[in-house]
This record gives sequence, C-alpha cells and structure tokens, in this order.
Amino acid sequence: MNQVMEDDFQVIDNCLMIRLPEEIDHHRAGYISENADRHLMRSDVQNVVFDFENTRFMDSSGIGVIMGRYRKISCFGGKVYVVHADSQILRILRVSGLQKVVEIM
Amino acid sequence: MENEMEIIFDAVSDNEAFARVAVAAFVSNLNPTMEELADIKTAVSEAVTNSIIHGYENLYGYGRPGRCPADRKKTNEGKVRIRCVLEDDVLHIQVTDKGKGIENVEQAMEPLYTTKPELERSGMGFAFMEAFMDDLEVESTPGEGTVVSMTKKLGVSAWIDGKEQ
Ligand SMILES: Nc1ncnc2c1ncn2[C@@H]1O[C@H](COP(=O)(O)OP(=O)(O)O)[C@@H](O)[C@H]1O
Ligand SMILES: [Mg+2]
Repeated sequence: MNQVMEDDFQVIDNCLMIRLPEEIDHHRAGYISENADRHLMRSDVQNVVFDFENTRFMDSSGIGVIMGRYRKISCFGGKVYVVHADSQILRILRVSGLQKVVEIM
Repeated sequence: MENEMEIIFDAVSDNEAFARVAVAAFVSNLNPTMEELADIKTAVSEAVTNSIIHGYENLYGYGRPGRCPADRKKTNEGKVRIRCVLEDDVLHIQVTDKGKGIENVEQAMEPLYTTKPELERSGMGFAFMEAFMDDLEVESTPGEGTVVSMTKKLGVSAWIDGKEQ
C-alpha cells in the first residue's frame, strides 16, 4: 500500500506515531509533512515516531521530512524516533548525518 | 556486451517512481544485489527529482489520496531524459533536462546546499548520488539545462553494513 492514509497518523500519549508508506520520495513527502504538522499543532504532542516498518525506499526527500519535523519539535524539548528501519534506510540516515539527531531504535 | 536504453517522460513528480524502477529493471539481467539496486534507485530518484523541481520548477510532489487541489495542478512543460548504457557490468546513467540550469555547480554539489529550503529540500541530493554511485559528473548551462552523468560498477558490492565511512 503506497498511499498515505489518515490512520497512518496516530497520537499516543505525547507521541505522534507516523506509519510511513512503502516509498518516500518528493512525490509523497509533502503529504506526510502536512499531515504530521496538523497533528503537531496540538500542544500535547511532544515527540514524533517515524515507523519505517513498511518502507522499502527513501531518498533525500525523506531526510527533508524528518529534518523539518525535528526542527519543529526540538526547540520544545521533543525528540524524533526512528523505528523498524531496514539496512537500506539506516544507510540513508547515516550518509545524511541524521543518525546524529534522531533516536534510532 | 553493450546494451542501451533511453526513456523520455514529462517532468512531473508522478514519474519519479517510474523512472527509478525503469532503470532498476534495465539492469536486472545482471543479477544486482539488493544494495546495488537500492543505490541505483536512490541516485536516479535524486537526479530526476532535481530536474523536476529545480530544472523545471514543478514544485508540488503531493501523493495525496483522491484529487489534487487546483492550485497544485499547474505544471511547467518539460521532459526529463534518461539514457542508460551497460558496458559489461558497468552502468552509465545520464539524466538530462532542458530546464533553468545551475549557475554554480560546485556550490550546488556541496552537502546541505539547497535553493529551495521552503520546500524542505535537505540539500543532500548530490551527496547521495556521490555516495551511492562510483562516479558523478554534472554539466549545466544556465538557461539551457543540466546533464548529470553517473557510473556504477555492478557485482562488486563493497558494501558491508556498518563498515563504510
Ligand atoms: N537539474 C537541475 N536544474 C537546476 N538546478 C539544479 C538541478 N539539480 C540541482 N540543482 C540545484 O542544486 C541544488 C542542490 O541539489 P541537491 O543536492 O539535490 O539538493 P536539494 O534538491 O535538496 O535542493 C538545488 O537546490 C538546486 O539549486
Ligand atoms: Mg535534490
């Protein structure tokens, strides 16, 4: 399933959980960011969890999505978590330097 | 053995996935590893996306289920061309656009440099192409367009998880 759906964004306690699509490129990045930001406007959300369970491809557009959310929440002490990333996604995160600012679990 | 293919498609974000899958399919006879395929797809995706959003300034990648809002529909006309040549196990990829071109290629290729921060571009596109391919060359003329040439030798798969860099 490559479309991003509404229920891929869920707020649990103070975390926004984002279930990412199979492929993250520029074509899909805007929709992910926009929806994430809509949830982040709710003041009770502090952290963001990007769930890569279903994700098999990401290019630098995905780095922009993660960096953008990180900028929005880190000034309020929030953290960005990455879960279920496969070796290819981890590699992308490493090359981009993002592994230094997000918590990879 | 030499094998060549060329595709030309509209510079719209809907074609980003098509372009990288087409190139991956072209090399599939060589039995590339998963890593090699991922490298090639990432590099193609970066070059093609750059042509679309920077070269022709078709800015809105959307991917929203359902209909696209009218203000996001407008696109500038333009085509992206991908030419691939396989020389034995060496893949040459050339991504060409006739968009607005790059004034300062050296600066554009610096990691984190982007002219579109408002679009949340990370400025990592050229860095990814460089990291995932063996060779990268960029030729550009302002007002005329850009040619990105990349080369990768397949079947070496020097990648060992966690050991690089
Ligand atoms: N095909 C192109 N046509 C015009 N400008 C380009 C092209 N490719 C890259 N650029 C310029 O080079 C910059 C850096 O590209 P890149 O490393 O991919 O980062 P990003 O796409 O995130 O901005 C872009 O911001 C843009 O100014
Ligand atoms: Mg780019």
